[in-house]
Amino acid sequence: MTDESKGSPRQVDSQWYDNEAGPLVRPYAMTGGRTEPGPSGVRFDLIALVTLDADAIGLGDDTALGPEHRALIGLCRAETQSVAELAAGADLPVGVVRVLLGDLLEMGFIKVNRPVPPAQLPDEKILREVIDGLRAL
Amino acid sequence: MVSERSEAVDGETAAMALKILVAGGFGVGKTTLVGAVSEIRPLRTEELLSEAGQSVDDTEGVDRKTTTTVAMDFGRITIRSGLSLYLFGTPGQDRFWFLWDELSQGALGAVVLADTRRLEDCFPAVDYFEHRRIPFVVAVNCFAHARTYGAQDVSRALDLDRGTPVVLCDARDRDSGKEVLIRLVEYAGRMHTARLLDSVG
Repeated sequence: MTDESKGSPRQVDSQWYDNEAGPLVRPYAMTGGRTEPGPSGVRFDLIALVTLDADAIGLGDDTALGPEHRALIGLCRAETQSVAELAAGADLPVGVVRVLLGDLLEMGFIKVNRPVPPAQLPDEKILREVIDGLRAL
Repeated sequence: MVSERSEAVDGETAAMALKILVAGGFGVGKTTLVGAVSEIRPLRTEELLSEAGQSVDDTEGVDRKTTTTVAMDFGRITIRSGLSLYLFGTPGQDRFWFLWDELSQGALGAVVLADTRRLEDCFPAVDYFEHRRIPFVVAVNCFAHARTYGAQDVSRALDLDRGTPVVLCDARDRDSGKEVLIRLVEYAGRMHTARLLDSVG
């Protein structure tokens, strides 16, 4: 009897919630309840490219940074990534990632490359390059 | 604003990302197409409904809204260092339309995937892109066992504007998917040039 109950805690643990229950931590708890990026009011496009600011020294030592901030910095360190990739890589909703990136931008850790505005689509040269590139794949 | 500086200062080295949407009815092969051409394993990104759904007048399931997420597929093709193409599979269900507005912001163009057995499933996508004057091509995913129609038939059935390309494809096949994208980029270029000329004349 006692052996049995000793062997089962793991099962009991996994029974009280499952995937249906959703995330255990409410996503916006990681942002302190904020749903919009900080005062600068930047709207990060899904394909805005995020790079680490080379001038930012001592990355990650800052105590103002939460584990999710650090995770994002870690992902950017590997390579320049789009907001969408960061969300997928960090396994966080895009909305949450936007708030966290807003923090990092304000603290000067990252630089963000805005995508081309719709009114000025890339010139013909770029489009040609894209077509040739696709052919060569 | 801090974020806009980098591109303006050194346009030569600034990375550039282009966005292409993949739309169409549920189960038409959007994820398959993205996966076939993407160099990265298709990633899924999730958007929280609670923020994006603010504009949606939804009377049911209000409590659940905060924990529901919408998954979007996406993939990447690197053309060269500093120039990448991002593909986004748009959420299929109608109730996620509001996400399309954000996705289509600044998009180079869109691929509307169609299945000739349920052509009507892609009507909303066709309407959407036509209204917003976003260049798109219709890619007919030729499922096995489905009767094949000519591009002309599909074009007529969808009542497409003249010039909108219709391509027959196999969403599972990389080369076929590449061809679809090439047709789209060519078409987007033509549309763009035509609009520039229009605005000058």
